[in-house]
Amino acid sequence: MSAPPARRQRGTGRERVLVTPEGIELPITIASKGARAGALFMDLAFVTLAQIATTIALASIAFGGLSKFFEAGGNSESLGALEFLFVIWIIAMFLFRNAWFLFFELGPRGATPGKRLAGIRVAARDGGRLSVEMVIARNLLRDIELFLPIVFIASASEEGGGAAGLAAAAWFLVFALFPFWNKDRLRAGDIVAGSWVVEQPRRKLEAAMSTAQAQVQANSGATEAHHAYRFTDEELDVYGEYELQTLERVLREDRRESLEKVRETIAAKIARSDGQGDERAFLDAYYNQLRARLETGMRMGTRKADKFSGKG
Amino acid sequence: MSGVPGTSAAIEAAALRSDRFRFEREADWKRLEAIVTRMEKGQLRRLSDEDVQALPVLYRTVASSLSVAREISLDAATLGYLEALVQRAWFVVYGPRSSLGSWLRSFIGGGWSASVRAMWLDVLIALAVMLAGVVTGWMLVAGDPDWYGSLVPGGLADARVPGASREVLMQSLDGAEGSTGLAAFAAYLFSNNAQVSILAFALGFAFGVPTLMLLVQNTAGLGAMLWLFSGQGLLLEFSAWLSVHGTTELLAILLAGASGLHVGRAMAFPGQLGVLEAAAVAGLRAAQVMTGVVLMLVVAALLEGFARQLVPDPAGRLTIGLFMLALWLAYILAPGRTRHGADK
Repeated sequence: MSAPPARRQRGTGRERVLVTPEGIELPITIASKGARAGALFMDLAFVTLAQIATTIALASIAFGGLSKFFEAGGNSESLGALEFLFVIWIIAMFLFRNAWFLFFELGPRGATPGKRLAGIRVAARDGGRLSVEMVIARNLLRDIELFLPIVFIASASEEGGGAAGLAAAAWFLVFALFPFWNKDRLRAGDIVAGSWVVEQPRRKLEAAMSTAQAQVQANSGATEAHHAYRFTDEELDVYGEYELQTLERVLREDRRESLEKVRETIAAKIARSDGQGDERAFLDAYYNQLRARLETGMRMGTRKADKFSGKG
Repeated sequence: MSGVPGTSAAIEAAALRSDRFRFEREADWKRLEAIVTRMEKGQLRRLSDEDVQALPVLYRTVASSLSVAREISLDAATLGYLEALVQRAWFVVYGPRSSLGSWLRSFIGGGWSASVRAMWLDVLIALAVMLAGVVTGWMLVAGDPDWYGSLVPGGLADARVPGASREVLMQSLDGAEGSTGLAAFAAYLFSNNAQVSILAFALGFAFGVPTLMLLVQNTAGLGAMLWLFSGQGLLLEFSAWLSVHGTTELLAILLAGASGLHVGRAMAFPGQLGVLEAAAVAGLRAAQVMTGVVLMLVVAALLEGFARQLVPDPAGRLTIGLFMLALWLAYILAPGRTRHGADK
């Protein structure tokens, strides 16, 4: 029933179609490796900063407590307070390491602060609900993917590298390069959780073309004879939906040189010589008439994808 | 030609039928966008009740706008906007369940135990491996006491080494070392054990083999210590000392290992499903079990840090340990009120 949408720039190899439970096909873009790596580095930086800040804060409180402890000649009450601080510190470090990603990805945005900044988020691969279990599973695996090999590499390099260092580096690389080996760029955690990371779209509603044109006409005083630009069916039939949407982009960008160039191309193609110096009105008229014609065709059940496809 | 009810000048001004379609529905789209933007920012409380109630309806309205627009409109910018909006709204409507509480309730009320039961085979395998690990540790040390040093990490063992006298060993089992330091000890134990069990689960990704090795390594140390204490006739005292937290902790490690094994087995033998789906199904079940494991380790650390040090006599310790074991088993085996795990 629905022909594949011809619009939008084609082919980064990351487009997927996701079918919602209502049966609506949504185009979705897999997050690029760069965005994911960037998001990860930002998150790691945030986690480290938070850990350092917590440590400093607790340490400064502890030093205050310690000096009191010696002043008082060592009663066990302040020692208990110190111990309490230590407990808080251990639990805080554990939570930062294990719960940072968990907490944020369970939020309404499904993204950690780093992912948010990179414009990406976590979603369920099957188009259903992103469940709590999924987020837990994908983040538990982060431990062997990231934290553990880094610790191993660090301890191995302390002991002078050698076979252990190589093994740890190989381990790290296997998981770091995992997203390169499958088409949906899943890391090990995504595979186990049934999740994937996609781009978070964010688009403004642009002005409607047929009224934007009216606006332009009103602004220009409407002195020129716009209705002079009338195109015959033959002149409109040379292009299809793809060209229409390219033209839409040019009109929305509204850059003088490209307007001139596009008018020249179209005029040459349909053998017309008018519209020079009045490119905007010429192209607006062509766009609207072409769109009206193609949309009428759509309602009748015939679509024309681009200039190469024949009629109907 | 069209009898469009002219609700505004914009609709009249639009020359194209598809643009008029757009103007008639634009208000709904904008409203949905505003609600979704608020929710994405986590400002749930600042949403009015009407907006929250309207969300699912608006979502469906805009989704159907998108379906229609795809059939009648060639305005790429509008189609792109609608696709992005429907996708964002879809994430909000089908996003993670907003209330962690309701998930926790179903988790505790049977979801967890059902998941554990669903991987019974892996639990049995992990149990067998752990028993084998204990026996191996015992045999190795019995054959050559030098093994003890490599099986039991030094920091943990301190005075407890082969050749130590009965008195030294006995003393190491004593509680009553004063109650300061217990909380810190408990927190440290929890953090350490939780990390080990997460590791046991995560290593299942390599088809479960490293998980098994980790289980053997950890239980071999236990076997070695059992040998050491039984050599001085302290087997019962040691078991009692261990059982206070050990029944909970070993059960948690058993389940963590079983979770890892479950994922590893699903990936090695995916059966009817593809490898990816099989891994995801097993992974989700295992993640649920793992959440319970972490909670069990909290309990274990509390028992180890407090109960063990405060209850010095073996009979009392053994009672606590066996009671905890019975409690966990009863909880796992009792049929839950909610859904049963999809058993194969």
